[in-house]
Amino acid sequence: MDSATSELPLQRTPLADAAETGLKIIVVGGFGVGKTTLVRSVSEIRPLNTEEVMTQAGEGIDETAGVERKTTTTVAFDFGRISLNEQMVLYLFGAPGQERFWFLWDRLFSGTLGAVVLVDTRRMADSWYAIDRLEHHKTPFVVAVNRFDGDESRFTLDEIRQALALGEHVPMIDCDARVRGSVKEVLIALVDHLYTLAMAQERTP
Amino acid sequence: MIRKPVDVGDPDRLYMVTDGRSEADDTFDLVTLIVSECEPTAGMQSEHVRILELCRHPTALVEIAAELKLPITVVRILLGDLHDMGKVSARHPRAAESVAGLPETTLLQEVLDGLRHL
Ligand SMILES: Nc1nc2c(ncn2[C@@H]2O[C@H](COP(=O)(O)OP(=O)(O)OP(=O)(O)O)[C@@H](O)[C@H]2O)c(=O)[nH]1
Ligand SMILES: [Mg+2]
Repeated sequence: MDSATSELPLQRTPLADAAETGLKIIVVGGFGVGKTTLVRSVSEIRPLNTEEVMTQAGEGIDETAGVERKTTTTVAFDFGRISLNEQMVLYLFGAPGQERFWFLWDRLFSGTLGAVVLVDTRRMADSWYAIDRLEHHKTPFVVAVNRFDGDESRFTLDEIRQALALGEHVPMIDCDARVRGSVKEVLIALVDHLYTLAMAQERTP
Repeated sequence: MIRKPVDVGDPDRLYMVTDGRSEADDTFDLVTLIVSECEPTAGMQSEHVRILELCRHPTALVEIAAELKLPITVVRILLGDLHDMGKVSARHPRAAESVAGLPETTLLQEVLDGLRHL
């Protein structure tokens, strides 16, 4: 059922005992673009929040102390979960798309199937950096345009593709992050895209 | 040693939980599923007890971190210890093992089927 306010159990729902493989998809986008909302719409658990403390070596060596200077940053991200069948469970991670968080992505999200870049047409520039990094890392992605009510512009997907300088190969889709059925279509679009890419690769000797 | 209650953000506390270690290897992925191989016993470190309780059913590392309100790195260290002692087993993700960079079509087909049945 497509419902924006689906009832989620407050208690922890454990996975099936046969669960054997976890999969990852990341959802990236600027502040307030609807990442958490999207995750909540399809997750079988209330989105959970967790954090990573990142320690980075500082610039150069502190000569007097003889130790490397280190900086510590805490980055929070949320996630939800979808049991695909008895064995497979898909985790959706909502991650901030800002430049300063990229070291987190690189480390935490290696091995993801792919990414959804969530775009708010009123603030398209917020997604440039995320798109650039995904292309650089060769992580497959789709662009989902979260149509907010306040969006008077109604740019077409083609116009948005141009504004974001996206190649023809990147699938684009309209969505409403609050609607389960809509988010489901976004995820299917991504996995369909992955399937096409993997098929092409398997055919190449 | 008397341990303080869990309090994320207090570095001293985090070091105490992990016996002063702050680096973890990447043996455990965020979505590696952890399963308890035994019940907690008296005198066990409280975080170990909670992990063994949680993981009576398979539980992803990231969910353990969220439930325990501890950073990922700390949970990796705790899991490493439990794993070394044979108290938990780990089910590693299949997709991450793909050599070519992309998962196999058979796996993706299963994902698609699962999503379509949501
Ligand atoms: N009208 C409308 N509102 C939305 C939509 N998606 C999200 N919102 C609202 O926008 C606000 C921000 O959504 P979040 O899901 O918290 O966004 P986020 O990307 O997780 O935000 P940060 O984690 O703070 O960066 C919330 O008040 C949502 O209810 C949408 O499709 N349409
Ligand atoms: Mg959020």
